[in-house]
Amino acid sequence: MLGLIAVAAWSVLYVEHNGHAVTGMNNQIVWGLPHVFAIILIVAASGALNVASIASVFDRKAYKPLSRLSGILAIALLVGGLLVLVLDLGRPDRLLVAMTTFNFSSIFTWNILLYTGFMGIVGMYLWVQMDRSVHPKFVKPVGVLAFVWRLILTTGTGSIFGWLVARPGYDAAVMAPMFIALSFSLGLAVFLIVLIALYRLDERKIGDEIIARLTHLLGIFIAAAMYFAVLQHVTNLYAAEHSGIERFILREGGIFTTLFWWGQIALGGLLPLALIFGKHPSNASSRAIVASILVILGAFAQLYVIIIGGQAYPMEMFPGYEITSSFYDGAIASYSPSFFELSLGVGGVAVAILATGIAAKVLRILPTNLADKKT
Amino acid sequence: MSPKDNFVLPDLPENPSRRGFFKSGATAVTLTLAPGITVMAFGGTPASAAGADAGKRWGLLIDVNKCAKDCTACVTACKDENGWEGHGDPEQNSQWIRKVTMRNKSTGHETQMPVMCQHCEEPPCVDVCPTGASFKRVDGIVLVDKHTCIGCRYCMMACPFKARSFVHEPVNNQKPHAPRGQGTVESCTLCVHRVDEGRIPACVEACDTAGHGAMIFGDLNDPTSDISKALASYPSVALRPDLDLNPGVRYANL
Repeated sequence: MLGLIAVAAWSVLYVEHNGHAVTGMNNQIVWGLPHVFAIILIVAASGALNVASIASVFDRKAYKPLSRLSGILAIALLVGGLLVLVLDLGRPDRLLVAMTTFNFSSIFTWNILLYTGFMGIVGMYLWVQMDRSVHPKFVKPVGVLAFVWRLILTTGTGSIFGWLVARPGYDAAVMAPMFIALSFSLGLAVFLIVLIALYRLDERKIGDEIIARLTHLLGIFIAAAMYFAVLQHVTNLYAAEHSGIERFILREGGIFTTLFWWGQIALGGLLPLALIFGKHPSNASSRAIVASILVILGAFAQLYVIIIGGQAYPMEMFPGYEITSSFYDGAIASYSPSFFELSLGVGGVAVAILATGIAAKVLRILPTNLADKKT
Repeated sequence: MSPKDNFVLPDLPENPSRRGFFKSGATAVTLTLAPGITVMAFGGTPASAAGADAGKRWGLLIDVNKCAKDCTACVTACKDENGWEGHGDPEQNSQWIRKVTMRNKSTGHETQMPVMCQHCEEPPCVDVCPTGASFKRVDGIVLVDKHTCIGCRYCMMACPFKARSFVHEPVNNQKPHAPRGQGTVESCTLCVHRVDEGRIPACVEACDTAGHGAMIFGDLNDPTSDISKALASYPSVALRPDLDLNPGVRYANL
């Protein structure tokens, strides 16, 4: 993990020295692979808090022992995602400007406040859970606050795209709820993998029952995320003006069409659903891990299609006309991510994993035995 | 009124005095220390910002019929004036202005016209900019403050006209009146440095010199200006009128 982080740090310095000219990004694809990584981490962060919310907002006692890991993972993923986002800026040295000069009509500004607020609130949430001198009655109100905050936060993340009227691939209110649904499935998938991995690494016991319950919940979240994705495309297909972008994504978009059908729908949706709700002899943990990995791959494909595909399809400056120019107007934009973009994104994931691992080692965030009662 | 409302691009005063410079804080000064290293101070009072007159709304009217096919005089003039000639990957090079060819899908009829920042009254780039680096002067000119731009490129995602470019490579020997910066976003300034001196943008001048006269620059708020008279006498359109951004750049005979 440290090695991956070091490579990412070197990539950042190299790009900052030589400019973004060394990356695959250009004036057509202005947000690239780093943004896919950053947003997948940020969306996963809000979703990772689900388990804590189920325990303290919806009073499901079985999940209470998992609340702390849920909070730690949420913060770690958000830190990883924000690092990627900030280090891909043209001028990351001006982070202080972004933290002190606000334009409140910008969703980015709201997001800066929502992200920092999220860390503060989840930090407080962890404190009321872990400090034995704090009365347990405070857990629920702080938990409710964190839950509401995370819903607003993901609304903000989805609206980065949903409120962009310029591009036919965006400009849709459904982006916000779609991102929330995606955060539920993606966040739980990441949580399941981390939970099972931590227990296996430490050779602690975890029961099949709690894993099976979480996996079943994952199935419901996958279905919800797919519902919004289908809604997005069916709504677009109904309006003739959006037929161009839909034809591009669903039929003629090459890599984006492949990623949509095979990545997002088949691998990330139908296959894990079949795995979770079908009858299999496989054990609960293996099934949870395979389904979770598929959900993460599907989410990656979905965000790649939204972020890169939404820019690759040209803006319709003159609806109804074909346009050409030396600035690639009217042309499908090409994008080949460089090693620097990939290593920065992977570095963000490594930071999130490392931070979670250290927290699990140093803090008392997980019970030593989560075996089923009967065993 | 925010301090930005009176923003003008740096310009040396006619008789710069050290005392006056420090006293007023109103004068905008550019000091070139060495090639490529420029220190700038920005003015802040209405007196210094004579160019940014709240009573004016600068605009362009482009007569598409007069825009000659394959003539790129406006583009060349803008490159020379503002120094954005790229030397790298064409997909990464900046383009403040470009000639766009529009083809009617059913008839095959082709039209060409220059497209640049449309200097919207409701600019989406200004709405989305997290730091307020994207801003609109009181006279309607939309600019990027290179000192507060963090290079997030959200404005490029938001602009429906693809008017903005990101500086992907290190830049040297910039024009003092048109500072550029690696890692920041840039676009047509409507030649604000010339406008503040009472001159017309370089593209308009070049189009006139080339004998086409396809571009008229002027104050949209002044009914006696050439641009207002032309707009009143024949039909014109804004690009993407459905977005209701009320751009300062208009097209006739489109």
